[in-house]
Amino acid sequence: MTITLKNIRKAFKTNTVLEDVSLSVATGETLVLFGPSGAGKTVLLRLIAGVIEPDAGEIHVNGQNMAGVEPEDRGIGMAFQNFALFPHMDAFANIAAPLTARHQSKAVMKDTVEKVARLLKIDHVLHHKPKELSNGQKQRTALARALSAAPSILLLDDPLRNVDAKLRFEMRLELPRLLKDQNATVIYVTQDYKEAMALGHRIAVMNGHGIQQIGTPQDIYLSPANTDIARLFGDPVINLLDVVPERRDGRVVALISDTAIPLLDDYAPQIGQTCILGLRPEALRFVPEGTPGAIPVEVEAETPLNEKTVTLALTLRGREIMVSRPAGTPGPVSGRAYIAVDAASAILFDRASGRRIAPVHKIIRKEEVA
Amino acid sequence: METTSPVERLLRGIAITLVCLFFMFPIVWIVLMSFQTNETILRVPPSVIFVPTLENYTALITGKLETQAGTLDIDFMGNLWNSLFLSTTSVAIGLILGVPAAYAFARLKFRGSEDIAFTLLSFRFAPPLLVLLPLTIYFQQLGLANTYGGLIWVYQLIVLPLILWIVRGYFEDIPADIEYAYRIAGHDFWSTFRRIALPLAGPGIAAAGLLSFIFAWNNFVFALVLASADKQPVTVGALAFVTASGIQYGQVAAGIVLSIAPTFALALYAQRYLVEGLSLGAVKG
Repeated sequence: MTITLKNIRKAFKTNTVLEDVSLSVATGETLVLFGPSGAGKTVLLRLIAGVIEPDAGEIHVNGQNMAGVEPEDRGIGMAFQNFALFPHMDAFANIAAPLTARHQSKAVMKDTVEKVARLLKIDHVLHHKPKELSNGQKQRTALARALSAAPSILLLDDPLRNVDAKLRFEMRLELPRLLKDQNATVIYVTQDYKEAMALGHRIAVMNGHGIQQIGTPQDIYLSPANTDIARLFGDPVINLLDVVPERRDGRVVALISDTAIPLLDDYAPQIGQTCILGLRPEALRFVPEGTPGAIPVEVEAETPLNEKTVTLALTLRGREIMVSRPAGTPGPVSGRAYIAVDAASAILFDRASGRRIAPVHKIIRKEEVA
Repeated sequence: METTSPVERLLRGIAITLVCLFFMFPIVWIVLMSFQTNETILRVPPSVIFVPTLENYTALITGKLETQAGTLDIDFMGNLWNSLFLSTTSVAIGLILGVPAAYAFARLKFRGSEDIAFTLLSFRFAPPLLVLLPLTIYFQQLGLANTYGGLIWVYQLIVLPLILWIVRGYFEDIPADIEYAYRIAGHDFWSTFRRIALPLAGPGIAAAGLLSFIFAWNNFVFALVLASADKQPVTVGALAFVTASGIQYGQVAAGIVLSIAPTFALALYAQRYLVEGLSLGAVKG
């Protein structure tokens, strides 16, 4: 089942939520809608589910226009962020709800519910009411309900938002396999970039009324469309430094701590323009004094996180820069230190618009292909 | 729990006793009166010591009222039946009309929905006497005067706004997502209403039904003007004891006891339900 959205617009009273949103999801693909709250992710899911109607634009499921098709006729499974379990029915009846609508026999229904419950490890609480379930069990019941009729389209609205960290981690590992087994077309909403990167074949980053970038997790991480997206992906956040590229000794460079950092030659058109240089903390590393091209910095503070250690340092001009390294590896604790930068990992953004500046050669290559 | 000193407990006990006395005294006095003859009721000073008699109740149940002027026929049991029939039917019709309307007002925001809902509520603001005179004339022209149908229709003025506004709050309290989830699971609008909205608003519907039953039962003025003897409920029927030869206090009291007994029992039985229901609905409106 494919899902195609064409120029969707949706406003509530005067508040425009979605403006000219187009999107397509292939059969069996998991697309993650990622973005801050209020970006319209949930509204988009509800439009696809059919519980609200778009002001303009078309929604096609498997090529069929969904305008005027009632939600119950769309054959979609959906899990809600707040679970939306039926409080007066036990877990079994909740999970069986999509099956009762399809008029299946009691025995088939029982089999199906028990199978999906075993899969999600809630078979022992099937006769509990939602209020007797823990948050994790509620979340699994909601998921089981979405899956029980084996829909070919699954809409998952931030299903891990309201569960504790341990369960979220477990589910993040289990979900990709579960979704793969379902062989369904999935749209998954989340605000957690790690979840987005772990689950999505592709990620659509939503912000400010629409989709700002669609791409594979790698694409979005390595070539974010703008500084906002660059900031949303990655922990600790990307270092963004104002620079003016210039040419020195025939190479394109940017100055940090009065030291020339080599950039790709493709950034030559940006020479003399104020740009933002994006450096991922994990793309930086401490090197011994005297290493060619290393930036001198003053170490300010060190924060050991579980799997990595983050060092906050100041450049000679007093700009903050964060460096991340695997936990347990040696690094400076205070005083003067030197950082090496890999030219290929540096991302350049336009200062005024915040948009990423594509290196010239990539554009040329695209044109050649075309 | 905070600890309370003996003095505090004593004062609290006294306060509670005073409140109980204040509210319960009239009821207790009426009950006592219903077991007395007119003579013992009217003696000065009044006393709680008397020989109890059941003659008031027998008079009511047999429908023969013995007065100094002779035997009067009264139809108190008929009045009781009228009350029961009118209130039950009114509430049933009120629920059939009001619950779907409440759902519409809660869920489907249409043009003017708020105005219509408010207009319906405003029926409760106007004093009934305001509409009674024109109603009487219309009802006579339409042939509705002194019919059960006409009375039940007028009773909707009492019952419908109450049901509408209480139940609407309940429907609004049900997260829309729960209904969406049921729709998406493949159920149509009507079965979602029946299987999700109705059961979840159940306590509110019950509370509204009970409350409107009590209001309908206690109504006096509509029935007084619009119904003649054979259609009158107990509230009006009690007037029959104000006879030419004086007020039959004993029978009035017995009549009151009999007429408040059903609502009293209902309220006692559903007390928790009522308070819970009404306060729940009041949290979010």
